[in-house]
Amino acid sequence: MLISSSWLRELTGVDASGRDIAARLIAAGLEVEGVHVVGEGLTGALVVGRVLEIEELTEFKKPIRFCQVEVGAENGEGSTGVRGIICGARNFNVGDLVVVALPGTVLPGGFQIASRETYGRLSDGMICSEREMGLGDDHDGILVLTPDSANPGDDVRPILGIGDQVLDIAVTPDRGYALSARGIAREVAIAYGVAFVDPVDLAPDLPAPSARAVPVECGSDDFSACDLFTLSTVLGFDPSARTPQWMRNRLRDCGMRSVSLAVDITNYVMLELGQPLHAFDVDRLQGAVIAGRPAEGELFTTLDHVERALVADDLVIRDDRGAIGLAGVMGGLDAEISDTTTNIALESAHFSEAVIARSSRRYRLSSEASRRFERGVDRTLAPYAAARAMALLLELGGGEYVGMTAVEAPMTETVIEMDADLPARVAGMPIDSKKSVELLRAVGCAVTEVANAGNSLRVVPPTWRPDLTDPADLVEEVLRLIGYENLPSTLPVAPAGTGLTKSQRIRRRVGTTLAHHGFVEVLTYPFVGPEDLRQLRIPDSDPRRAMPRLANPLSDEAPWMRGALLFTLLPAARRNIGRGHSSVQIFELGSVFLGEVSNNAIPSMGVDQRPTADQWSALESALPHQPLHCAGVLAGEIENSSWWGTGRISDWSDAVEAAREIAETCGVELFARNGNDPMFHPGRCAELLIHDAVGEPIVIGYAGELHPTVSEDFGLPARSCAFEVDLDQIIAAAPAVRPAPVFSTHPVAKEDLALVVDASVEAAAVEQALREGAGPLLESIRLFDVYTGPQVGEGKKSLAFALRLRADDRTLSAEETAAVRQAAITAAEAACGATLR
Amino acid sequence: MSAPNSSFDPKQVSALGEDAVNEMVAAALVDIAGAADLAALKEVRLAHAGDRSPLALANREIGALPPAAKVEVGKRVGEARARIKEALTSREEVLQRQRDEEVLVAEAVDVTVPTTRRSLGGRHPLTTLMEAMADVFIAMGYSVAEGPELEAEWVNFDALNVPADHPARTMQDTFYVTSQDSGAVLRTQTSPIQIRAMLSRELPIHVVAPGRVYRTDELDATHTPVFHQIEGLAVDEGLTMADLKGTLDHLAEQMFGAGIVTRLRPSYFPFTEPSAEVDLECFVCRGESVGNPERPCRTCGSEGWIEWGGCGMVNPRVLRSVGIDADVYSGFAFGMGIERTLMFRNGVTDMHDMVEGDVRFTRAFGVEA
Repeated sequence: MLISSSWLRELTGVDASGRDIAARLIAAGLEVEGVHVVGEGLTGALVVGRVLEIEELTEFKKPIRFCQVEVGAENGEGSTGVRGIICGARNFNVGDLVVVALPGTVLPGGFQIASRETYGRLSDGMICSEREMGLGDDHDGILVLTPDSANPGDDVRPILGIGDQVLDIAVTPDRGYALSARGIAREVAIAYGVAFVDPVDLAPDLPAPSARAVPVECGSDDFSACDLFTLSTVLGFDPSARTPQWMRNRLRDCGMRSVSLAVDITNYVMLELGQPLHAFDVDRLQGAVIAGRPAEGELFTTLDHVERALVADDLVIRDDRGAIGLAGVMGGLDAEISDTTTNIALESAHFSEAVIARSSRRYRLSSEASRRFERGVDRTLAPYAAARAMALLLELGGGEYVGMTAVEAPMTETVIEMDADLPARVAGMPIDSKKSVELLRAVGCAVTEVANAGNSLRVVPPTWRPDLTDPADLVEEVLRLIGYENLPSTLPVAPAGTGLTKSQRIRRRVGTTLAHHGFVEVLTYPFVGPEDLRQLRIPDSDPRRAMPRLANPLSDEAPWMRGALLFTLLPAARRNIGRGHSSVQIFELGSVFLGEVSNNAIPSMGVDQRPTADQWSALESALPHQPLHCAGVLAGEIENSSWWGTGRISDWSDAVEAAREIAETCGVELFARNGNDPMFHPGRCAELLIHDAVGEPIVIGYAGELHPTVSEDFGLPARSCAFEVDLDQIIAAAPAVRPAPVFSTHPVAKEDLALVVDASVEAAAVEQALREGAGPLLESIRLFDVYTGPQVGEGKKSLAFALRLRADDRTLSAEETAAVRQAAITAAEAACGATLR
Repeated sequence: MSAPNSSFDPKQVSALGEDAVNEMVAAALVDIAGAADLAALKEVRLAHAGDRSPLALANREIGALPPAAKVEVGKRVGEARARIKEALTSREEVLQRQRDEEVLVAEAVDVTVPTTRRSLGGRHPLTTLMEAMADVFIAMGYSVAEGPELEAEWVNFDALNVPADHPARTMQDTFYVTSQDSGAVLRTQTSPIQIRAMLSRELPIHVVAPGRVYRTDELDATHTPVFHQIEGLAVDEGLTMADLKGTLDHLAEQMFGAGIVTRLRPSYFPFTEPSAEVDLECFVCRGESVGNPERPCRTCGSEGWIEWGGCGMVNPRVLRSVGIDADVYSGFAFGMGIERTLMFRNGVTDMHDMVEGDVRFTRAFGVEA
C-alpha cells in the first residue's frame, strides 16, 4: 500500500515528515519498505500557465505549436506575463491551464530548462507532461489542469502535490485494514498518541432518493459467501466530468492511474476506507443484480478479455442474462461502465475471505479488490462506503440519486475472553492491566471487565479487525504498541541436553573424512529431467525412475525429485570441468526421493486436536522414502603431476575406497562384488554391501568407473569414476559401542603365497577361502599382487597374498606354521580351483 | 721393497736413531694435517701407519738390535707410532664431521617448490555454518531435530495455522508434488520440523532444526529456489518473549561477537503470535555508519541493523494442533536463512556461487566457514 503523508496528515492532524511517520509505523508493526518524494529531483520555478494563442507550425516533419502562455506578471513579459513556448503536444486548447517550467528549472533526471531557439522561434520555457515532472508514466500529452482551478503564475507544487512524501507499506496478510488510508491513519494516530476521528463516522448525508425512478434491485443467493450486498443507483451522471486534481494526485500517489471520474471515485473510496466497489452501467443490466454461485463450467469473460470456465465454488455477480462479475476479484466485460455511461449502479458488498481467496488463486487473478477481500474487509463498511462514493459522484458528476437496495445476513460478534495479566505473562515483564485495556481500546476494541471473574477481560474486536480472534492476537496488539524494543532479554535454562545423535555425529564425520581425502562438498538442486536420465543410461525399468514429480516445476525439463544423488552430481561435475578444471573430486550428502506420490495421497486432517496415531502413520507412509545418501564423482588426476613426476589418474578402485572410508568412519565393514549398474562400465562396477544390524548382507550402493558414454555425455575425462551409498543404512548398521581389540604379543610368522586361478574368480572369494582354511591362527591377510601373463597362461591369473599368523599364547613352531599354510592352500584349491604357483 | 736379512746382521741401524724417528713422526703429522678429505687421509694412513710405512719398516729392525738397545728403541718407535695413530684418529673425526656437514649441504632442496600432491577438499560453508549455529544451541541443552524435505501439506501449512485459503499460503510460493491436491509439497520452511518435534518428543522441548527448503523463486543474485534455514523451538511452562529475545541475543553474540544484540520488530507469521522480525546489530560497524556518510558500511547498508529472520511466541493454535495444552505450556520459535547469513557474514555477493557447485567456492572455506 502506497500512501502520501499529506493524506495521513489530513486524517490525523499529525504534522510529521514521511520518514518520521515511517519509523513509528515500523515500530508498531507495519513494514514500511521505503519513502519516496513526489517529483523528486525537481527544482526551480514551475507555474500555472494559461494558453492565450496557439500558432500551428506546419513546415516541420511533425506538427509543432508555438504558444503564447500567460504565466503571471512576475514571470513573463507585459502586465500579465506572457511567454512564447514551443510545444509538440496537441491535447490542449486556447484557454486551458497548463504547467510551465520556466527557464532555470531542473526536471527529474537533471534535465535543465533554458530559453532557446528551436523551430525558428525563441522557446522561453516548457509545457510539461506528467512524466516529464516525474509524476507518472502518462506521456499521452501535456498535463491540462482542471479549468478555473488556479490562476496563471500560481506555484504548481501544491496543486500537484509535488514534494509530498509517499510511504510504501508492505501489508502482512493479517492486516487487511492497513490496505486503506483509514487503517493506516488509525495506526499513525495511535503511534503519535492523538485522538482519531474515523472517516466512517463522518458519514456523508445523501439526498433523499428521488421518487422518479426505482433503484436496481440486488440480492444474495448464498449468504455464506456474500453476507452483505448493497447496490446504489445514480441516474443522469455526467460522463464528461473531470476528476479533480486532488483526487488524481492521491490515486497517483497510491500507484493507480486515473481512468474516468466514476472509476476514479470507486478506487478513491476503496483506498480511503478499504471497501472495494464496483460500478455497473444500469443500461446494460437486465433485472436484479444477485450474488451467487455459477454453474460448473459456465463461461465468463472478465475485464481483461479472457474467457474463463467457472467452477461452482466461485462466486459471481449476475443479472438476468448471466454473470456480470467474478465477485470480489474482477468485473465482467459486458456490464462495465464506459466513458459514455450516465446511469450507474454501484456495488458495495462483503464477501467470504476464503471464497475470494480460492477464486483469486484459481485464476491467478490478484486485484486490488481481491487482495482486500481475502485479507478481510470491515463487515459493516459497505453501506458507508457506498454513501461516500455516491456523495462524491453527485458532487463531482451531478446526477440524481434514486436510492440503495441491500440484503444482509445477521452478523455474529466475536468475543474474546482474556486474562488481564496475559500480556505481562507472555512478555516476561510487568504490564499494568489498565495499560492493556487502554491500548486495546486504541485499536478499536470494546473492553469490559468480566463481572465475578476476577482478572478477566471481555474484548470485542472492532469490525475492521477480523484477524483478532484469540487472546494471543490481543497480546500482540498490546505488546507491539508498548514496543518490542522495551522487552527485556533473559536467557532461559533448558534441561540438560543429549547432544547430537549418533547419526548426526557420523554425518559430520563423513563430510570431514571425504574433505580430508580431497573431495569438495557441493549442494546441488535435486531436480532432474528425462534428458538427464537418458544421458545417465537409466532404463525405463529402473526402480529409481519412480520419483516424485512436481506439479509446478521451475522447468519442464526437470520435473522430478532425484532418485539418486549422482543424477544431479554429474551435472555439477560437468559444470566444473566446463569451467576449466582439468580434474574434479566432489561429493554430496543429501536426500534422495524414492517412489511416486499419487493424487490425494495424504488426507488432510483437522487442526483442533493432535492427529491420532492412525492418521499420523497414514500420513507418514504416504510420503516417499527419503533416505540420506552420500555420493561422489572423481574425474581426472587424484594426485597431481609436478616436479615429483606424473600424477595419478583416479580409477575405479579410488571410488570403491572412498565408499569404504565412509563405512569405516561409521565402524562398518564394507565389501564389494561385481555389479552392473547401468551408469557404470559393465566390467568395472562394484556393488557395495555391508552386514546389517542382524548380520545379513545388504546392498547399500555402487562404485566404479562410469560407463564411457556417461563420461562422454557429461563432458568428463575418460574413465571418470563415481560412487553412491545409502548413508542411512550404513549408520543403522554402525555399532553403538566398538569393542576393544585383544591382541597377542607373541612373535608373528609371515607366510607369502601366490595362487593361480581362473581369471573369472573373484579375489575376494580366494581370500575368503584362505581365511577359512587358515583358521584362528590367521591374524591378517593382504592381497599384494595380481599378475596375468604368459607365466600363468591364458585365462588365468596369479594372486599373491601375505599372511600373518600368530597365536595368543605361544610362539608358533615351524611345523604349525607350515600346517596352517597348507590348510589355507587346500581350502583355496577346494573352493576356487586354485593351484600354488 | 724387501727387507734386509737383518737377523744375521746385528749392527746399528741409523733409521732407528732418535732424530730419524722424530723426522718420520714430523713428516707424518704434516701429511695428516694436510689431508683434505677422508680419501686423502686414507692415503696418508697407508704411507705413515701402513705395513710398509717407514716406521713399520723400522720396527722390524728392532729384533736385530742388541738387547741393550732393544728396549730403548722399542719404546721410541712405539711412542712414535702411537702419536701418529692419535693424530690420524683425531684428523679422521674432523674430516668425518666435515664430510657429514657437506652431505647435509649437498642434500639441500628448494623448499619453495609446490608440495600439493593431493588437492585439499572442503565442506560446503552452508553445511558448516548450519553446524556452527546448531552447536550454539547444543551447548544450551537443545537437540537437533529433523524432518523430510518432501513433506505433507498438513505439516507444512495446516498444523502451522496456515489454513488452505489463507493468503499466508501464497506468501511462500510452494512446489506441489504430483498436483495441488496430492497433499504433498516440498517444505517451504523448516517450521514443519516444529510440528514433528512436538508430536514426537516429550515436553519440555528444546530443539533446533537446520535444513533445506524450497520455494518457486527463480535463481538470481539474491534468490534461489532451494535454500537452507535454521529453526529453533522451545516449549515449556512459563516461557516468555523476553526469553526469546535473550536466546536470540545469545545466538547473535556467539556467531558475531561479544555485545552484538538483536532487535525485534512486530510482524506476522501464522504460526507465531505475537510475531516479530529479527534484526541483527551490524557486527561490522556496530551502528557507527548510521547518519555518518564519511564511514559507510557495506554490510548493513549504513542502516546499523541487518534483517536476519523471523520469530515469535508459538501460536496457541499450533500447540492445539499437536495436542499440547496452551493453558499450561508456552513456547517460542525463530528461524533464519543460512544463505542470507553466509552472505553478510562471509561477504558472499552472489547466490549463484553457493548453488553452482564450483569447487573454487567451497575449497576456499576448507572445513570451517
